[in-house]
This record gives sequence, C-alpha cells and structure tokens, in this order.
Amino acid sequence: MSPGTLWAVVLVASLGCYLLKLAGLSVPAAWVERPWVTRVVTFVPAALLAALVAVQALTSGQDLVVDGRLAGLAVAALALALRAPFIVVLVLAGATGALVHVLTG
Amino acid sequence: MSRAARTAVLRDAVGLGVAVGLYGVAFGAAADAAGLDPWQALVTSLLMFTGASQFAMVGVLGAGGGGPAAIGSALLLGTRNTVYGVRLAPLLAPRGLARRLGTAQWVIDETTALAVAAPDRGLARLAFLTGGATIYLVWNATTLVGALGAAALGETAQAALDAVVPAAFLALLWPRLRAGAEEPAVARRVALGGAVVALVLTPFVPAGVQVVAAVVAVALAGRPRGAA
Repeated sequence: MSPGTLWAVVLVASLGCYLLKLAGLSVPAAWVERPWVTRVVTFVPAALLAALVAVQALTSGQDLVVDGRLAGLAVAALALALRAPFIVVLVLAGATGALVHVLTG
Repeated sequence: MSRAARTAVLRDAVGLGVAVGLYGVAFGAAADAAGLDPWQALVTSLLMFTGASQFAMVGVLGAGGGGPAAIGSALLLGTRNTVYGVRLAPLLAPRGLARRLGTAQWVIDETTALAVAAPDRGLARLAFLTGGATIYLVWNATTLVGALGAAALGETAQAALDAVVPAAFLALLWPRLRAGAEEPAVARRVALGGAVVALVLTPFVPAGVQVVAAVVAVALAGRPRGAA
C-alpha cells in the first residue's frame, strides 16, 4: 500500500471513529439503547478480536501458515491463564517467536 | 465534593492513564509491523484515539488487508464509543457545540469507566477530564516510542514482534471471556465463531476481508428472531 493510501486509510478511519463518538453525545438515547443494539455492541469486539488473533497468528496473505507466531500465542494463552500482567504476556510471546525463528532459521 | 473523594478520583484517573502506556507501546510496535511509519502511527493515536479500533485497523493492514476492510474493522469496534457517549451525555452535559466536539474525542472505554464510577456529577466530570488528559498524553507518547523502537529492530527481533502482535490481540480479548465478564459463555462462543469463520474464509477472500466478514457472520447468527 502506498504511503498516500495509508494516510487516507488512517484519516478516514479516524474521522469515522470520531463521528461515532460524537454521535453518542448527540443523538437521542432511545436510538441507541435498544436491546439488540447493545447486545451486538457488547459482543462484536469478541468476534473481531478473535478473528484478528486467528488471522495474525495463522495466516500470511491468503495462506494458512504455522510458525513461531502460533508458539508465541500458545505461550501467551498460558501466561494469561496464569494471570500474568500484559507486559509479561507480550515479552514471553516475543521471546518464543524469536526462539522459534532462531531454531528453524 | 470532599477532598478525599477528589483525591481518590484523581489517583484512579492518573493510575489508569499510566497503565495504558504499555498498550501504547504495543500499538506503536504493531503499527510498525503493519507498515505504518512512526508519523502515521502517531497521527492514528492523536486523531482516532480509541485503542481497540486502532489495533483492529493495523491488524487488518498487517494481514495484508485493503483500506476498506481496515476502515470497516476500526468502525465496527468504534460503535462501542457511541453507546458510551449516550451513557456519558447526561453525566457530563457538555454545553455548546465547541465543548461537545472536544468532549467527544475522549469518549473511550477508560474515561467512561472512570466517569460512571465517580460518586457524583462533579467528580464524574473531573474523572473524565483528568483521565482523558492523562491517557491522551501517555497514549500518544508511548505510541511514538513503540513505533520508533520497532522501526529500529533487526530480523530476529522482527520475528519476536510478529509473535507479539497476535498475543496482544489475545490479551485484549481475554478479559471478555473470563468468568466475571458480561455473559462469558456467549462471548466465548462468539469468539470461537469469529476465529473459525475468519480462518475458513482466508484462502477465498482478499486479505483483511475475512475479519470483517467473520464479525458480520457472527452478528447475523445472533440477530433477534421473529417479533423479538
């Protein structure tokens, strides 16, 4: 992606996110506070974040790829289950990814 | 407002502001991994200023996704802030257009949590403003640190960063699935559904589209049925 296109993506996405914030302060509460709206808004992040975890850990372009990222993710999951702080989770995942990279060349 | 309550609100606001700094470094590094230069990473934090949307945008770009999918995923996560705004409007009651335009930029998870938890409206405003200011400063400074730091990495460190990005997403997801979250059993099913749909679609759709498609598929599967 060219730098110009990237800038356009950054600016359009930022403007859109700002307008979503402003809308909440500006529209009548009844428009937003419907059960199905709040339900979708509650669960959309779980679907999106899980999809991103899967895509970031297991794909490269249109291919499914298993490499150090998956090992790092497994270590991160273990650390999270043991209630490790965010920074520890990231450092362990990064160290695992680097180790696999060194071992597999 | 009592002095003790004021101090407690200020302490929480500043504490939370400092805590998001780590996520700011992680965002800056993820933005670099996705091909953004440090300026683009910083402008994203300055203008978008809503962590999950920023991570989603660079996540899609990092997976090789196009602009529309990256923007779409940022907006999908940005809808949370609309609901927060509805909750905050009566508490903060921003008077006048300029004040409302300014207030809107700081409507995010953390400032909403701080304002809603404050014992009265005056303290809610104080919590929102001090939390917003601290988080805004720390988030942008640490974004730049993460982006500049990641840009200076060698090949092995780059492999480490590649493993850090999915782990960061997992760390963002984890609290939503744990016991004590809002309907964790539903959230777990939704998360599994999103991950499976995204992986299954990967070979067949342009990169990045599978992420947005997964969210839409899961939302449709849970739509209200019949007259409900």
